[in-house]
Amino acid sequence: MLKYIIKRVILAILTIWLVATLTFFLMHAVPGGPFVAEKSISPQAIEALNKKFGMDKSLPEQYMTYMFGSRNEETGKIEGGVIRGDFSLSLKQRGFTVSRIITTKFPVSAKVGGLAILLALVVGIPLGSIAALNRGKWADNVILVFTTCGIAFPSFVVCTVTMYLFSMKLGILPSGGLDLGTSYILPVFSLAFYPMAYITRLMRSSMLDVVGQDYMRTAKAKGLSQSVCLFKHALRNAILPVVTYLGPMIAGTLSGSFIVEKIFRIPGLGGQFVSSITNRDYTVIMGTTIFYAALVIVMILLVDILYKLIDPRIELK
Amino acid sequence: MKKKQNKETEAREIISAKPDRLVDIYHERLSFFTPAGEVKALNDVSLSVKPGEILGIVGESGSGKSVTAYSLMGLTAYPGKLLGGDLWFNGHYVNDMTERDFCKMRGNEVSIIFQDPMTSLNPVYTIGNQIEEVIRLHTDKNRKQAKARALELLELVGINEPEKRLKQYPHELSGGMRQRVMIAIGLACEPKLLIADEPTTALDVTIQAQILELMMDLKKKLDMAIILITHDLGVVAGTCDRIAVMYAGQIVESGTTEEIFYHPSHEYTKGLIASIPKLHEEEHTRLVPIEGTPVDLLNPPKGCPFAPRCVNCMKVCLDRQPAFTEISDTHISKCWLLDKAKWEAERKAEN
Repeated sequence: MLKYIIKRVILAILTIWLVATLTFFLMHAVPGGPFVAEKSISPQAIEALNKKFGMDKSLPEQYMTYMFGSRNEETGKIEGGVIRGDFSLSLKQRGFTVSRIITTKFPVSAKVGGLAILLALVVGIPLGSIAALNRGKWADNVILVFTTCGIAFPSFVVCTVTMYLFSMKLGILPSGGLDLGTSYILPVFSLAFYPMAYITRLMRSSMLDVVGQDYMRTAKAKGLSQSVCLFKHALRNAILPVVTYLGPMIAGTLSGSFIVEKIFRIPGLGGQFVSSITNRDYTVIMGTTIFYAALVIVMILLVDILYKLIDPRIELK
Repeated sequence: MKKKQNKETEAREIISAKPDRLVDIYHERLSFFTPAGEVKALNDVSLSVKPGEILGIVGESGSGKSVTAYSLMGLTAYPGKLLGGDLWFNGHYVNDMTERDFCKMRGNEVSIIFQDPMTSLNPVYTIGNQIEEVIRLHTDKNRKQAKARALELLELVGINEPEKRLKQYPHELSGGMRQRVMIAIGLACEPKLLIADEPTTALDVTIQAQILELMMDLKKKLDMAIILITHDLGVVAGTCDRIAVMYAGQIVESGTTEEIFYHPSHEYTKGLIASIPKLHEEEHTRLVPIEGTPVDLLNPPKGCPFAPRCVNCMKVCLDRQPAFTEISDTHISKCWLLDKAKWEAERKAEN
């Protein structure tokens, strides 16, 4: 087990390096730059800025500096480099380090995202099981309609419709910000809607599969009550596909959704990520990409370990 | 719907069980209501098992062997429905039992072993967990006592290193070993009846013999009755006291093992016995198959269900169902040829 984890960590570092390198060169391949849009600045000033942040050097040189550190000709920053966990300064938000931006914005996204994941699981798993156990009956059909909606509706539709209904028409929930407890309800629901529907579907199909297995018949023949059959014997087997989906889903949801955060005015990482791309805020793009990659990798590793704990047949090699 | 059914059973006179019988089934009719129509899986099945007796139920796939046994335990799968008859087991009137009653009975008074040991155990729980579960459910043993009992059971079914096996998962054991575990689970509460649903079909031949031997051995030790369901006449020959031959949801012949093997009187039974490969014959002859295909239970024929495949089929066979002819006290058979023989004998006597 320990050997496996060490192996996975080494692989993870390699993956993150690959992601960072690719992003770096792709990002620079996109036309424009961090200081292009600001028309009021004179060419001399732009040149000075470019020089200050090392943008006048060749791309490989910039890459080496970014990865391995140094510069700081009067706070052009980049000191330790990515290799020492130093993501340098934001090019657009003066005086903020990228690490600081991530550590202040990520918790906001993670709080909303975490609640959304919880909601998706708490609703999706029972709903999927209910659908499977009532296959073909009205409950199944109602749930089917609901999940189809959940998968088909884009999140901006869910966001705007719920906002229109609950904030404008009924006026019972705040339409944005995160000042009140109740202001979490709409964004969490909007964020959870898709995974909830998806988990319900996964759960329904795997539950249908498990219920037809021979060992379920054995459990019943032992005289176990229906609830024990279901909770002890079926659930643990049926939940595996959901766990698989959970890894990337958790990483994606925790790091925030651009659309949901924009619509509900949540100062989270998702919004930050997208605006940094449009601004060509190179260091922030790099920092958030690496952070997101690391998050996905950690979650997938956790899921793989969880998998082994749930199903003893799986061998971690 | 349910209420209406209850009323019907009240109105009808319930045929009660005979005192010395463990299992008594009278005229059971059971259908599966599928989208394609009503599949008449059981058509007037009657059978009985005495305590400590081994009954073999023989027949081809879809003849209703398993359905009969499952209905006794309340395990009839959706969309199956009991339509008529009276089922008695160990003093319980099965027709009126609720799911709760069944839960108390299953695994305790009656246990079942399934065909495929590879898939019959839950892959995510240890062997120990799965055996102890049934012990703790039906007895008031605590965790420690249940474990001791599980250990004892594994020893009883001849598993080596039982201590180690308790902590292992099903995928770590071989097929034969898993079937032994299934038997251990079945015997955990010393049931009155063990239903073995093709217990050896999925195992290779040497393991088959071992498992059968084990079952016979345990039967003697624990004094329980066994219903052995199989399509393999070789399996029932050496083990059963009595045999019931099923075809198309009916019992077509039933008698002691000797009667069935030495005096088969139904054409289907004769065909089955003729199709057994003969090992000791000098000349190699071809196997004798029963020609034709099994009956479509969606549209069962008007006459004898075996008539379309029967080599001695008569006109009456296609038109009317035969009734049971008593050949001896223990031997009955459903075939028009027997009636014909009887009728001819009577006429001869008259002359």
